[in-house]
Amino acid sequence: MFVCRFESFDVYFSVVCCTAGVLALFLLPVLAKNTYISENALMPGSASPMLSNQHVSDGNRLVKDLTNPNSKSSETGIESHKIIAQYMLDLGAEVSFHKFHPQMNQFHPLHFFSSPDSGKIQENYSCSSYGINTVGIIRAPRGDGKEAIVLVTPYNALKSGFGEALSLGIAYSVFSLLTQVTWLAKDIIWLVADSQYGEYAAVAAWLREYQTPKFSSLSTPNAEMCPDVNNLFELKGHSISGSKFSNSFRRAGTMAAALVLKVRDQNEQFEDTINIYAEASNGQMPNLDLINVVNYLAVHRQGLRVNVEKLWSLLNSSWLKSLGEIFESLAKVAKSLYPKWKFGIPATEYVEGTATLASSLYYQALGVPTGPHGAFRDYQVDAITLEISPKFSLDKVWRNDILLRGGRLIEGVIRSVNNLLEKFHQSFFLYLLTSPSKFVSVGVYMIAFALLIAPLPMVAASLYVDANSSSNCSKGDSSIPSAITDTDEHSIAIRSWRWLNSAKLVFIVHLWGAIVSLLPYFISQIPDCSPTTSFMIWVLLSILSLLTLNSVLASPLACAKATQEKEWALVKSVTISSVFIGLGLMSVINFATAEIGALLMVPMCLLAQPLKLDVRAGTLRSFCRMICNLVLGHIAFPPAAFFLLKGMLDGFGNVNVGDFWMWVESLWAWNSATYLFIGMVQLPCWVLCISILFHTC
Amino acid sequence: RPLLLLLLIVTHQFLQFRIAFGSVNEEGQKQEEFYEELLLKPLPDRKLLTHFHFQSSAPHSTSNGRHHHLFPKAISQLVLKFQVKEMQLSFTQGRWNYESWGGFDPIPSSNAKPPGVELWAVFDAPQHLIDALWKDLTHTLSGLFCASINFLESSTAYSAPEWSFPPASGKLRYGTLPREAVCTENLTPWLKLLPCRDKAGISMLLDRPSIYRGFYHSQRLHLTSTGSGSEGMDPGIILEQTLTVVLQPDSQRASLAHASEKHIQPSWSLSSIFGKQISGRCVLAETSNVYFLLDRGLVAELEHIENEKSEENVLISEKFWNNPSFELSAKPDRIFIEESSLLSKNASVLYKFEIEKYSESEPFDLGLFWKTPVVWLCQQAPLHASRFLMGSGNERGAIAISLKSTQSSEGFMGSNSNDERCELRVDVFQVVPWYVKVYFHSLQVFVDQQPKAVSDIIEKIHVSPSKDKVSPGVMELVLTLPCSVSSAVLTIEFDKGFLHIDEYPPDANQGFDIPSAIVSFPNFHARMEKSPVMSYTEVLLVPLTTPDFSMPYNVITITCTVFALYFGSLLNALRRRVAEEERFLKDKGKFTSWSRSLSVLFRMWFS
Repeated sequence: MFVCRFESFDVYFSVVCCTAGVLALFLLPVLAKNTYISENALMPGSASPMLSNQHVSDGNRLVKDLTNPNSKSSETGIESHKIIAQYMLDLGAEVSFHKFHPQMNQFHPLHFFSSPDSGKIQENYSCSSYGINTVGIIRAPRGDGKEAIVLVTPYNALKSGFGEALSLGIAYSVFSLLTQVTWLAKDIIWLVADSQYGEYAAVAAWLREYQTPKFSSLSTPNAEMCPDVNNLFELKGHSISGSKFSNSFRRAGTMAAALVLKVRDQNEQFEDTINIYAEASNGQMPNLDLINVVNYLAVHRQGLRVNVEKLWSLLNSSWLKSLGEIFESLAKVAKSLYPKWKFGIPATEYVEGTATLASSLYYQALGVPTGPHGAFRDYQVDAITLEISPKFSLDKVWRNDILLRGGRLIEGVIRSVNNLLEKFHQSFFLYLLTSPSKFVSVGVYMIAFALLIAPLPMVAASLYVDANSSSNCSKGDSSIPSAITDTDEHSIAIRSWRWLNSAKLVFIVHLWGAIVSLLPYFISQIPDCSPTTSFMIWVLLSILSLLTLNSVLASPLACAKATQEKEWALVKSVTISSVFIGLGLMSVINFATAEIGALLMVPMCLLAQPLKLDVRAGTLRSFCRMICNLVLGHIAFPPAAFFLLKGMLDGFGNVNVGDFWMWVESLWAWNSATYLFIGMVQLPCWVLCISILFHTC
Repeated sequence: RPLLLLLLIVTHQFLQFRIAFGSVNEEGQKQEEFYEELLLKPLPDRKLLTHFHFQSSAPHSTSNGRHHHLFPKAISQLVLKFQVKEMQLSFTQGRWNYESWGGFDPIPSSNAKPPGVELWAVFDAPQHLIDALWKDLTHTLSGLFCASINFLESSTAYSAPEWSFPPASGKLRYGTLPREAVCTENLTPWLKLLPCRDKAGISMLLDRPSIYRGFYHSQRLHLTSTGSGSEGMDPGIILEQTLTVVLQPDSQRASLAHASEKHIQPSWSLSSIFGKQISGRCVLAETSNVYFLLDRGLVAELEHIENEKSEENVLISEKFWNNPSFELSAKPDRIFIEESSLLSKNASVLYKFEIEKYSESEPFDLGLFWKTPVVWLCQQAPLHASRFLMGSGNERGAIAISLKSTQSSEGFMGSNSNDERCELRVDVFQVVPWYVKVYFHSLQVFVDQQPKAVSDIIEKIHVSPSKDKVSPGVMELVLTLPCSVSSAVLTIEFDKGFLHIDEYPPDANQGFDIPSAIVSFPNFHARMEKSPVMSYTEVLLVPLTTPDFSMPYNVITITCTVFALYFGSLLNALRRRVAEEERFLKDKGKFTSWSRSLSVLFRMWFS
């Protein structure tokens, strides 16, 4: 009796929990709190900015020199590096060049959670492919040199737009100010990252050299042997402060924070805005205080508009707007009942918050850094990318204005970080942004996830108990269970161990999942393979391996017993437990992935029931369940989910089969744990659910 | 081979290591003496080095008893009580820039100190007493100089090096506090040790805002005691107090002048950098001198400039103080020229000014006016040492000490550099706190980017591994590198340890410091110095895992809540008898309304 009551109870329980979980997710923009500066030592904006027009004109001079067509005459862009280095030297900074070979991203099956290493020495280094980072360091006059703040400006000397030159101008004006100030306590490193092989690659190469240098250079050809590079070092000959320049790698202390500064070339907006990018690999975020400081200074001191990434397609969706209106009216009702309840936000704000939250979730779930700042996070350095997009005009006054305001913003942020005695630790590391000044902390967003996965262990347990006593419960009607129990102890023992068969099946499928996730490593070795064919090969190999595994490992005994009644319930129970474990683990590694995964998988797991049973039952309820099962069975298949999402965001017109391969490739190239999650949790779960749906019972 | 020993200087009365023979009074007894000196030296990066040097000495005698005329009593008591044979204490703020300010001259090699406090002392006492004496000494010094030197008392904070300092057969103790802030509160007690304090003489220049505005500030106290041991005799003590400050002279001219004159060195005068002048000497001082030093590189550069204009060497000629390159505002009393060595034909030039001639009505104010731009390099130590952390994360990491040859070292080694047997000896001394657990077996050596066997390079090694919460790890190495070496790197790996929650200092999230390593070159001796050329590396900041310090509070709160809920409901369930209560109510149904409400209240109270 208890079991049967339990079953009906767990249906309600899971329905209530799942609805509450989804609802809680949609409530997050309403529950978001305003950000505040948690670390008192930061004191943003407490000092008036010192950046003057003198520094701005210095910056302007550099911009002019860089955009001057003469400087671009050389093919390798070495001239502009020389110009930058000379400017830095004139300020009295220590300058060095860092040569690097771009490292191709490769699939390392076992490198997912390991710390970055110093990089393999590749055989095919050639003189033609190397980048040059220019690094300038200001030593704090009275500091002890234990800590440093890094300012990064990506710059492609070969085809630099005006925006890049402008970002260098801003950085230079700040740098020239910082050589004069007396309040500096941490060293300042200005890294002009050579972005001809990608911004991330340049910054990552510099960081690799900074943190895990290689001391032994074996017989590989060095960049020093290349003629162009030697050319570069002639700079020191005519420099006035010769000792400040060296071709060896220069260091400062432990990095406290890093700012990546970019200026976008074109912008059609009406205001000067700043975009903040913060997501690093595997959904790691910098300390919220860093974003707060930038936001505070930009909005309240420099009058710039601050943006964080949004999913633009969500902004116009009507259902979200109506949801927002419902929440708004609910809040009004609540307020009329008790005036102290003030949790409502306007519908438009809700829609924007949801769009921002969705993109925050999406980029964290993807696990791919959204900019060069991601390289810093791998070394536990808090970093963000600031992208200034000015309202475009060629006016010189406008250019000075953007130099002044951008420079003052950077100065303010550096001054705040400079004030820090301790590293960033006060504020949150786990959060989702709903607007630049609003966030949802881990304590709030975990509730939605916890509600979603709460029914899983409950349902697994009930299914297990149910399947074990199926002979009793399913025959007798709900009223009176038969008091006669099976006295044969042997059959009880066999029945209580029956779940092992299901566990074996689940294990086999998960093993298959692991094999499927390793397959791209071998496929990527095949030369000259278009994404589409790679994808096809992958799918074929996956199916083949599933069939092989099933035939080799699944014993005939299991097949014989599979006809047993309620076998599917046991399989479902074990599947659900494994999904629960997988989601729980993933929520620790990358919450956003786990949340999105749970949204897809939890309903599918809970609803899965053999289609035959539903067809046999023929009621409206079972019909609905069948439809739901079929729909979810399609959506939860990873490639299908990807194409659906892509179609929703970009339109279905340009969906290509190869896109999924490219997407997966980018995931493993960035060592994203999402890839492992898809391969080893979601895909096996989908296969198991499908096998339950088509179970013959 | 140390050819440098040939570098002799004409004058014996140079800046330091004045061997104080002392004057002899009528009774044939040596008296207490005091000398004050100031050295000024322009630095290549438009800065000025000022180095104050005060020396007091108390003779070895019995007659004085416990009283002194000039010598600070606090110091003599300290020497007597703790049986200090030699001691050095330094307070430093800022970093010595070895690349621009040089690392070979006596001033950097013995006065460039690591940031914070550094203390070492040699005791003239039996081995078993030394640790106790050290602890007492740190407390005394802490009180004397208003600093937290007493933190060196803990056995995790100090170490006993074997060879890195003047050999003392285990009687030396060494400790540093890299995070100690240095300010006027440390300077004032230091000045109190001077007979004239800062009221007269050279120390009058010590204007607090000016000296703390500097780029480097190191205040040092060195004492040596001699001839103790015999009963009833007080030891002779020599107390040297130095203050090294690197200042940037304000130059309005640089901003006004056009680009070509931008590189001209800033002109300065004592009154412009300190805001004060010297109005006469400290009357208690035996001698009171100001020196102006032009180092070798600068002299060579100046001669080069002058040779273009005239043939004769103007620097030492009659009109030296007003030559084509610069102009001195006062006429020096004597000029010393370093004897040229075989290797470099350039010699440094020292101008001496005696303060005795000046008085309050006619104060001494030395000024320097540059006429032409000059660029030169300071003499550097043979290898430039730097140290950095490798790796990331809270688990493990590595320390790397990199030695890079400076260009000037070719000059030192001269013709020998091609000789294969030529070897450069480098001593490295490194103390590591216990929570940075160094694996000494993981020591790796790379010379000129080639990995080398440790035994090929390291001649001698002395390691005392750290004990958790008891003692720090100490590593002393003697390396022999080929003279032609261009770079050498030592790496050693470590694990980051965990501290108990009450062992964390305030501001634990700042990270933990690894004190500077000392790199010394025993083959090289700075002029007139007996000790080898030494340089300190940077202080490193290791981020360790720190607990959430609010966690105990959270845990207490949540456990208390859980307990309250649990015991409350348990008690309620235990003492409540539903049936009895119903019967009770039924029986007393005729009770008056007030007693019923009372019973309701009563039940509410307990349920």
